[in-house]
Amino acid sequence: MSDASDFNASYENEAQFGDYFALLKPRVMALVVFTAFVGLLAAPTPVHPFVGFCAILFIALGGGASGALNMWYDADIDAVMKRTARRPIPAGKVTKDEAFAIGIALSAFAVIFLGLATNWLAAGLLAFTIMFYVVIYTMWLKRWTPQNIVIGGAAGAFPPMIGWAAATGTVSVEAILMFCLTFMWTPPHFWALALFMRSDYDDAGVPMLTVTHGRASTRKHILVYSVLLAGLAIGTAFTSLGGPVYLTAALILNTLFLKGAVDIWRRDEDMSEADNFKVERSFFKLSLIYLFALFGALLIDAFLVRAGLVGGWT
Amino acid sequence: MSIVKEHEIHNRRKGRNVGVGLVLAAAIALIFGLTVVKIGTGDFGGAVQDVQN
Repeated sequence: MSDASDFNASYENEAQFGDYFALLKPRVMALVVFTAFVGLLAAPTPVHPFVGFCAILFIALGGGASGALNMWYDADIDAVMKRTARRPIPAGKVTKDEAFAIGIALSAFAVIFLGLATNWLAAGLLAFTIMFYVVIYTMWLKRWTPQNIVIGGAAGAFPPMIGWAAATGTVSVEAILMFCLTFMWTPPHFWALALFMRSDYDDAGVPMLTVTHGRASTRKHILVYSVLLAGLAIGTAFTSLGGPVYLTAALILNTLFLKGAVDIWRRDEDMSEADNFKVERSFFKLSLIYLFALFGALLIDAFLVRAGLVGGWT
Repeated sequence: MSIVKEHEIHNRRKGRNVGVGLVLAAAIALIFGLTVVKIGTGDFGGAVQDVQN
């Protein structure tokens, strides 16, 4: 009888298709898809719509594959952190070996097919991005240095560059600017999360800035990176990538972002505790809107220039 | 547990199997579509020339 109940219990925890899909970190994939989409469409070289669709899909699959490999390696940390404890591996739905196999197979598929669909520069960049995220960030930086998010953020910054390379076959200043925008945006975004996910990183022993340098220092870092990001984002408006829509969006978004960063910097732990990190939480949400809106504005300007409605600034 | 044509495992894994089936079908459609587009746009011109030579 007990055998039968064990048998049924193991069935109840059996992985469904959605559990395998969750290995690909769909929410992170949304960011990858959108920024790669902007990189591809903002490029001056037109791409066949179906090839463009495939390119975005393969970039997204590559991003998803690196997410699966991240979950494979970080299963021990994920089990400790509240935010990640319900991921498929710590939840007992998917085994580590399955996640590893899916990650490797999807990585190979995504890189090879991106190369066949577009060009091998884009495929090489995708392969490098996967390697960077899994080996440099996940295996090395994440457990070693509080700069994990800063350097590791490069992995999330590559998709617009890959999209651009897929369309043009080159990496130009515009692609590097889009990379830099995402790269500079990543630290304040994740540090805000680390502020209100209080004990998670402490419990897991991940050396986030909040753990190694303290929370006051993290607030200062958010402000410094937000100022640097604002300078870069507004400066980008005056390059060949920018335009009037982007300039307007950059001014509004960076004003809001800076205000949020200053508010975070001026608060202490007592104030944050009192309102359950309201300002930090809203800054985190704003950071998501910020990146989507900024890249959306880049896309609108690229279309306006192509349609001849605005002249472009170079 | 009697042996029946429709085993309980078929229902339990239905979602998973349908999902895998759809993914495979989508992959075939994608690769086929990509091939058609590539040939249509002349991207495989060099390879075709090599075969002809």
